[in-house]
Amino acid sequence: MASISMTVNGKSVTGTVEDRTLLVNFIRENVGLTGTHVGCDTSQCGACVVHVDGIAVKSCTMLAVQADGRSVTTIEGLASGDQLHPVQAAFREHHGLQCGFCTPGMIMAAVDMINRYGANLDEATIRHELEGNICRCTGYHNIVKAIQAAANEMAGLTQAAE
Amino acid sequence: MGVEGIGARVTRKEDKRFITGKGRYTDDIALKDMTQAVFVRSPHAHAKILSIDVSKAKAAPGVVDVLTGADLAGDKIGGLICGWMIHSKDGTPMKAGAHPAIAFDKVRHVGDQVAVVIAETKNQARDAAELVEVEYEVLPAIIDLAGATAPGAPQVHAEAPNNLIYDWEIGDKAATDAALASAARIVTMDIVNNRLSPNPMEPRSAIGSYDEAEEHFTLYNTTQNPHVARLVLSAFVGIAPEHKLRVVAPDVGGGFGAKIFIYPEETVALWASKRIGGRPVKWTADRTEAFLTDCHGRDHVTHAEMGFDANNKIVGFRVHTIANLGAYMSTFSSSVPTYLYATLLSGQYDIPAIHANVEAVYTNTVPVDAYRGAGRPEATYLLERMMETAARELGEDPVELRRKNFITSFPHQTPVIMCYDAGDYEAHMSKALEASDYAGFAARKAESAARGKLRGIGLSCYIEACGIAPSQAVGSLGAGVGLWESAEVRVNPVGSIEILTGSHSHGQGHETTFAQLVNERLGVGINNIQIVHGDTDKVQFGMGTYGSRSGAVGMSAIVKALDKVEAKAKKIAAHLMEASEADIVIENGELKVAGTDKKLPFFQVALAAYTAHNLPAGMEPGLKEGAFYDPSNFTFPSGTYVCEVEVDPETGKVEIMQFVAADDFGNIINPMIVEGQVHGGLAQGIGQALLEGVSYDTESGQLLTGSYMDYTMPRADDVPSFNVMHTKTVCPGNPLGMKGCGEAGAIGSPPAVINAITNAIGVRDISMPATPAKVWAAIHGNA
Amino acid sequence: MYQTTYHRPSSLSEATSLLASASEAKLLAGGQTLIPTMKQRLAAPSNLIDLGRLDELKGITVSGGTVTIGAGTTHYAVSTSADVKSAIPALAKLASGIGDPHVRYAGTIGGSVANDDPAADYPSAVLGLGATVVTNKREIAADDFFLGMFTTALEEDEIIVKFVFPVPTKAAYAKFANPASRYAMAGVFVAVTSGGVRVAVTGAGSNGVFRWADAERALAANFSASALDGLTVDSSELLSDIHGDAAYRANLVKVMGKRAVTAAG
Repeated sequence: MASISMTVNGKSVTGTVEDRTLLVNFIRENVGLTGTHVGCDTSQCGACVVHVDGIAVKSCTMLAVQADGRSVTTIEGLASGDQLHPVQAAFREHHGLQCGFCTPGMIMAAVDMINRYGANLDEATIRHELEGNICRCTGYHNIVKAIQAAANEMAGLTQAAE
Repeated sequence: MGVEGIGARVTRKEDKRFITGKGRYTDDIALKDMTQAVFVRSPHAHAKILSIDVSKAKAAPGVVDVLTGADLAGDKIGGLICGWMIHSKDGTPMKAGAHPAIAFDKVRHVGDQVAVVIAETKNQARDAAELVEVEYEVLPAIIDLAGATAPGAPQVHAEAPNNLIYDWEIGDKAATDAALASAARIVTMDIVNNRLSPNPMEPRSAIGSYDEAEEHFTLYNTTQNPHVARLVLSAFVGIAPEHKLRVVAPDVGGGFGAKIFIYPEETVALWASKRIGGRPVKWTADRTEAFLTDCHGRDHVTHAEMGFDANNKIVGFRVHTIANLGAYMSTFSSSVPTYLYATLLSGQYDIPAIHANVEAVYTNTVPVDAYRGAGRPEATYLLERMMETAARELGEDPVELRRKNFITSFPHQTPVIMCYDAGDYEAHMSKALEASDYAGFAARKAESAARGKLRGIGLSCYIEACGIAPSQAVGSLGAGVGLWESAEVRVNPVGSIEILTGSHSHGQGHETTFAQLVNERLGVGINNIQIVHGDTDKVQFGMGTYGSRSGAVGMSAIVKALDKVEAKAKKIAAHLMEASEADIVIENGELKVAGTDKKLPFFQVALAAYTAHNLPAGMEPGLKEGAFYDPSNFTFPSGTYVCEVEVDPETGKVEIMQFVAADDFGNIINPMIVEGQVHGGLAQGIGQALLEGVSYDTESGQLLTGSYMDYTMPRADDVPSFNVMHTKTVCPGNPLGMKGCGEAGAIGSPPAVINAITNAIGVRDISMPATPAKVWAAIHGNA
Repeated sequence: MYQTTYHRPSSLSEATSLLASASEAKLLAGGQTLIPTMKQRLAAPSNLIDLGRLDELKGITVSGGTVTIGAGTTHYAVSTSADVKSAIPALAKLASGIGDPHVRYAGTIGGSVANDDPAADYPSAVLGLGATVVTNKREIAADDFFLGMFTTALEEDEIIVKFVFPVPTKAAYAKFANPASRYAMAGVFVAVTSGGVRVAVTGAGSNGVFRWADAERALAANFSASALDGLTVDSSELLSDIHGDAAYRANLVKVMGKRAVTAAG
């Protein structure tokens, strides 16, 4: 057993877990945040993507103890109060989700993608960058549109702030 | 069209919880004192169970109990059922073997459950599951469907000699034989429809909870039809009578058919909770388990002959199909290769004589049942591959051959039961051809050739029957249930509304579209309308969501209930405004006296219904109405899809350059949601054509595609952006004039893709999935 | 996943002594292969030694005609490094195509090479560039390092510290990905180095990464894609599975080889 502590969505959390506990299970079961999902066993579907110290990782492929002392952001921590993150808003606006199961991972991956590329995201790049996230409902069409729209909007916001 | 009414592109009400991580799926639910279940599964495709020793597992840390098939039988828990009786052509009923929720004498596929371990934590249950000692006598397995009925093949169930479940036929054999005998040309093909795994992203999950004091069970389950689950678990499996069993389907992460069926695991979770004294028992599949236990789809081999006269008009179509139903007959499995398949073999074409013979067989593989489209993709693939091949062999343009054979007047009675009510096939074909610049293909092909690439174009003209289904009709064909839908409209005193529906949303957006319907009728804002579904304690009964039925059937039930609410509201309004009931009209949320400026907002009428201070004489207080709607016919969406591909001859990799889908869905409630349904269906159909295929080792019966490392799920860079458009003929059979849209994409797209590939590389046929290796081999003559 | 005991050493020397003393121990680098393998209960180390926070294993330096990459450097870091992009762009490009973005943030070059998956990308670069594998005990030439599928020259108590890549005159990597797993079905790394032309093939060989000697000879004489036209790849040593038989892989090796040569210019 290991005693661990980390920051999750800005709050410090602690827990005692088996060493073999995956980060996703710690988040879902110990912290009680069930927006992060598990859709496969082989680290491919991306339903479990969270940010650890600001970058997107698959929380099913990291032990909870590996995240000890780190800062974790999950889908529940993305909005500021009632103010949706632009990527969340774009997924709704462009119907980038149906059943919603892959959506948290998709959105966390998209935020990371936009952080890296800014507005320089064309359709081919978005599709390639989504290699680690599987959706069975949308055929990706509207996910791609949503990410592109969010990237453009976030670039606009950045420019406006400068 | 109002801003929130029918036809409006309204963003979804349900999205907020999903995009903020607040969706509530079955595995998100943690009940007090909940235990975790892990199944011990057979590593063999076919074996006798000689003994099971659970003693070490029971002694392992955290283990609450370990249960076997003998325990299940001891408690007289029944087996799972197939709810659709099919009779063979000799009149005998289908030959179904038993399907125990935990195997006790024999295992029949890799992954068959032989014991369940219940422990405090999932890791403990997994650890202990490895300590269950099962002694097997391994038997030879039959995996390949084509060999299933061969003499000497291993027998899956004693009840079904030669593994033959039924040998069924439809259509006029004599007329078809005569038509083919007189045909000027006959085109013959052997077509394989590949086995698929549905793969909703949320794995199946169940929590069974038994309340000892109330002797009452609750099941939280990833199901598309909670009431059907309750009915089967009560009436057939015998868990508890229906009033002692509540089934809740919370948010469900995709279904595609795989979550229609009643599976062993939810049966066991319920039963086990009682066995261990009422502590809740949760089971959640991992992805490998999903591949090993979620019902697969498709898996047909077919020999087909189509006869043409000298003018290239079809004179007859003869089909022989072997359908693999796997190791057990799942809930609706028998209906898929029969009434959901062979009744669509006329397609969009005027075919005077059709005969289909379908043999369904057992094999030592995962059970096969409905998967998005269910039977209709198999029919469409067969027919549209035949038409494309015929066009090539008859020397006629594929467009012209189809056009020449289109049905052009409605209603049209086909030789295989279906009566098409409305359609305009030329309309969507013209639209798709124009959108895809079909005429300009030759120039694009030349441009590709200049880059060393092979370009091809292919069409698919599909029709499907959905809005399942008229109860009397399906009853006469063997269905064990009626396929109507129910709805209840509850108007609250403040004028807000709850709609209770037996339909179930697992991605389709009912919380939005159903509210749009109410908005259209009563003018109430969609944010003042709540759609309640997925709980047998709240909704009295319902048949669930599958077969693209929630619009045409589910919403029609709501329409009927709204009619009643409206009628009562008008009576109250007429009374309050001292006008004639016949003069009351409802517009923009107000009840008005036509031709005057007298009006009452809807909420005041609702309030009046509940205060009951001033109601018409003899009227009961309140404003709540229910309805059951039984459709009079299927609905018949149709469309034309055009796929254009570019093949890299060096690697065999296929790239989809454009995909045009022109669909006729009748009236549309929310175009944004309908387009989304088509996009998803297209990706699954393209997945079937290019990427996906369940593969077994035919000797050992081991599943070779048991994870995403080997089963190719369509990813974002495998598919293009889609060019989706609509034409419209209104469905005369339901009050909203709607047809179904949920399955069309998956039904229509596979033949378009394969027609394009075979066109590009100049071969007659290539089997799905057309993987790079297969395409390369075909190009280089090694296929 | 079976029970395991997690250790997080704070120095390489501590990691070394842990590895020597702990029973059935495995090193945890980025974990992108090891953790999925453990989840499927196909690996059951009693002890896990996490190298993830050892800064001494991270970093990229260029000097004297070599690029040195710490074993703990992530694929993302390699793919975005201005130094790598300028000195050996083929290596940056290879790293940018491993797994997916999330895997690239976590996965490391040391973990990938030590695991020696027959379909991994990095072994082809290490072998194709003739890199030197520097461990806590010694230096191992790439040609002596890869001993077959999942098998390397690493001893039980040996930890890869860094890789020293000689900067080639030119190099390129071309891969054809498995449609499902997206691992290489055939990945060919071609390099013109001071020691001659080297061609390393991953994904296709039934004994893991290998050098394609015929191609090296042909390209030494004439460094152009057409130089490979006359060659045949012996399919008897190649993998065969549901995604493609050995004949198909033999074709892919040749096609990817030609594309790599063209890309190298």
